[in-house]
Amino acid sequence: MRNVVIVGGGPAGIRAASVLVEAGLKPILVNETRQVGGQGYRAPAKSLALDIKSLMGSEAGKYQRLHSLFAALQDRIDYRPGTLVWGIHEKVLHTLSDGIAGTIPYDALILATGATDRTMPLPGWTLPGVFTLGGAQVILKDQGCLIGNRIVFLGSSPLLFLAALQYHKSGASIAAVVDTTPLSAKRAALRDLAASPRTLARGLMYRAALHMAGIPIIDGATPRGIHGEDHVEGVRVTDGRGRERLIPCDAVAYGYGLKPETQLAELAGARFRFDDIFRLWLPEVDTDGRAGAELYLAGDGAAIGGADAAEASGALAAHALLEDMGRPQPQPELARLRQEVERLRKFQRGLAKAFAWPVAQAAALSDETIACRCEAVTVGEIRAAIRAPLGPREVNRVKAITRCGMGRCQGRFCGPALQEIVSGTCNVPIEEVGRLRMQAPVKPIPLHAAAEMEP
Amino acid sequence: MTTKTRVVVVGGGLIGTWTALLLVKRGLDVILIEKGIVGAQSSGVNFGNLRLQGRHPGQYPLSLRSQALWENIEELIGDRCEFEKTGHLYVAKNDAEHEKLEQHARVAESHGLVIERIGRNELRRRWSWVGEEPQSATYSARDATANPRLVSVAVARAAQHLGAEIAENTRVTEVLRSGEGFTVKTANGRTIGCDAVVNAAGAWALEVAEAFGETAPMFAAGPPQFVTEPLAYRITPSVQAVDGSVIARQIPRGNVIFAGYPRTASDPVLNRAPVPPVKTLNGMRSLMKIAPFLKSAQVIRVWSGIEGYLPDMLPVIGKSETTPGLFHAFGFCGHGFQVGPGVAAVLVDLIVDGKTETPIDLFSINRFKNEVLVSDKLAKEFDAPAASGSRAG
Repeated sequence: MRNVVIVGGGPAGIRAASVLVEAGLKPILVNETRQVGGQGYRAPAKSLALDIKSLMGSEAGKYQRLHSLFAALQDRIDYRPGTLVWGIHEKVLHTLSDGIAGTIPYDALILATGATDRTMPLPGWTLPGVFTLGGAQVILKDQGCLIGNRIVFLGSSPLLFLAALQYHKSGASIAAVVDTTPLSAKRAALRDLAASPRTLARGLMYRAALHMAGIPIIDGATPRGIHGEDHVEGVRVTDGRGRERLIPCDAVAYGYGLKPETQLAELAGARFRFDDIFRLWLPEVDTDGRAGAELYLAGDGAAIGGADAAEASGALAAHALLEDMGRPQPQPELARLRQEVERLRKFQRGLAKAFAWPVAQAAALSDETIACRCEAVTVGEIRAAIRAPLGPREVNRVKAITRCGMGRCQGRFCGPALQEIVSGTCNVPIEEVGRLRMQAPVKPIPLHAAAEMEP
Repeated sequence: MTTKTRVVVVGGGLIGTWTALLLVKRGLDVILIEKGIVGAQSSGVNFGNLRLQGRHPGQYPLSLRSQALWENIEELIGDRCEFEKTGHLYVAKNDAEHEKLEQHARVAESHGLVIERIGRNELRRRWSWVGEEPQSATYSARDATANPRLVSVAVARAAQHLGAEIAENTRVTEVLRSGEGFTVKTANGRTIGCDAVVNAAGAWALEVAEAFGETAPMFAAGPPQFVTEPLAYRITPSVQAVDGSVIARQIPRGNVIFAGYPRTASDPVLNRAPVPPVKTLNGMRSLMKIAPFLKSAQVIRVWSGIEGYLPDMLPVIGKSETTPGLFHAFGFCGHGFQVGPGVAAVLVDLIVDGKTETPIDLFSINRFKNEVLVSDKLAKEFDAPAASGSRAG
């Protein structure tokens, strides 16, 4: 019997497990968090008694279905919650669970590692009280906490309106929703967005609900900075009509959409290509998620597509794996899933255009702005290093010389901005400045993790 | 069109850049040719130790000459590159290891180095973070550290400022004898005429040597290295277990950098030096024995590099045996950082004066004509079977 391992307990991982179980396999499902559901459908801690129906809104039904599916699967898979995969080498996963290092060998691997927030440096973005958009949602769902009492939602992301609405429903006061994309850019992307009218309608509904609640929505704004002495006190923006505005608040949820978590895919041997629309290096996969020998990628970790695409691509990856084991798969079902994934990912590409990553903002950043939070490296230090004689012009070399991307997050958060800064300073296309390379550990691991293991 | 210069240096690592700098300081025209980026290979990713304790006995005159250059680095290149006289603490866990420390100390002292013998109680009194396992230690205050990521680039920049040409992203395709000198051709179409060639191409140096009918049994490997998140600054000297299990140093900004044997395989063709996770775990376990207070410290990053190794664990330094005007300096077996500037000074002696006062016969490429003594370090410092990794280019 082959050892089939799935990493990630979100919609993609759960659906992949379900297809494998139906085929008579007993996969190992490794999940970093204690609760399944991924980031979007994460189950709140039971003690919180949160009203999931209200919090999930129109997605409450899907949330329930996914958790029921997992409940039915749980005894038929080898489920390993609270287990971080920090390295992959020669078909062995290196894990950390309850502070102890372990290993899981595999014959075939499905990575459903999801996505994380994509952020752009901004003066003041390292002040206490600034959270990423996804982080703000996780805090609400995981811990039942609000990030502040008077909150500005800032950036450019479909999550912007959803997160603001979730906070509004949870009793937070929303100072403003500041969308950095002009309405015209959203109109221009309507053709792609029409690929998923239901999702489009949902987005418009969130916006309307916020409007009805009397929450100010500022479109096409340019963020100037987050200010405060030792905590957030306000956000300075120039609105779409060129007026400077200061919005007092005590917390900011900030973000520019999502980026796939591809570190494990890289360690497992996936190859990468540059994607013009997301302006990110994404793993190369075929229509069914094959990324290499016995390696399959599904969900937002392969390409941003949202929860529905994650489910469908998880099922596809599992079918592909079974097919590669020599088991014939139902072709009409595969065709339907491929179509579904393609349609939803096309919609997300439309969203990526509508909620654009702020390339111009990177170029306009002041030298004093911190680019790398972990190592406190400023934009000016990066630019000066590049402009020095024999200065680096490739992101890994810029990292080596400046320390940008060398800290705890290993470039997961500053990486996309670093690419823009290097590209802008060298005046070369972004795909020519390279991609930050990854080595294990993909997340920090404590020394004592090794103590229990025999050498 | 042929460019004329006195010396072409092949390889923009620590040796190559220091050689270019010291040559240009002596008034010679130099072109340094680097296939990639200056200081990006083993010179840029090594541990950064300027260790004088425990070196090969025959290497002390060279090492001490080199340390004098390191101690003067700010004056020489206008950049300190995080050079710190941190001292080096060598620890032993039993009598056999203690005896080894004593042997090392006597050799070092015979070359004028000051070595302090540290007993168990004093060890813990002076360095309160030391764990239960170390029983004795020796301490050398003159040993130091510097930041390898910065040094080669800074030295190249200083050489460039003084008039040396630094040609990055330039691959040497041919080195030909031409009259009394050489013609060097590059992949981007340059032809350079020169009187002397320095082969400082690291793990790739055999390409040049073999073009002139000599070789060495070099293979590529790398030092697995790990770093923790920043912590309160406590470990001031660099500290090393004499059994080779771990070496560590903390930089003033707080990160603890550590490394340990066995070394990792690396691939000079694909330019890859992955660190297998099991090595990270071994390093973590060994560090906890020396400094248990770090048990909750988080490891955030690992790396390795591509270094050239030779079976007797000694480098090749000196004149070519076949070709006047050709000079080799490669195969530093993982200990080139400390000796680098000294090696460059020796090469400049040989090029400018035709001779050097620093004894280097031990490092002649000629020694590989006969069977060389295989160092016992080969079994200890590499995964078995030793030296079976990829042959360096």
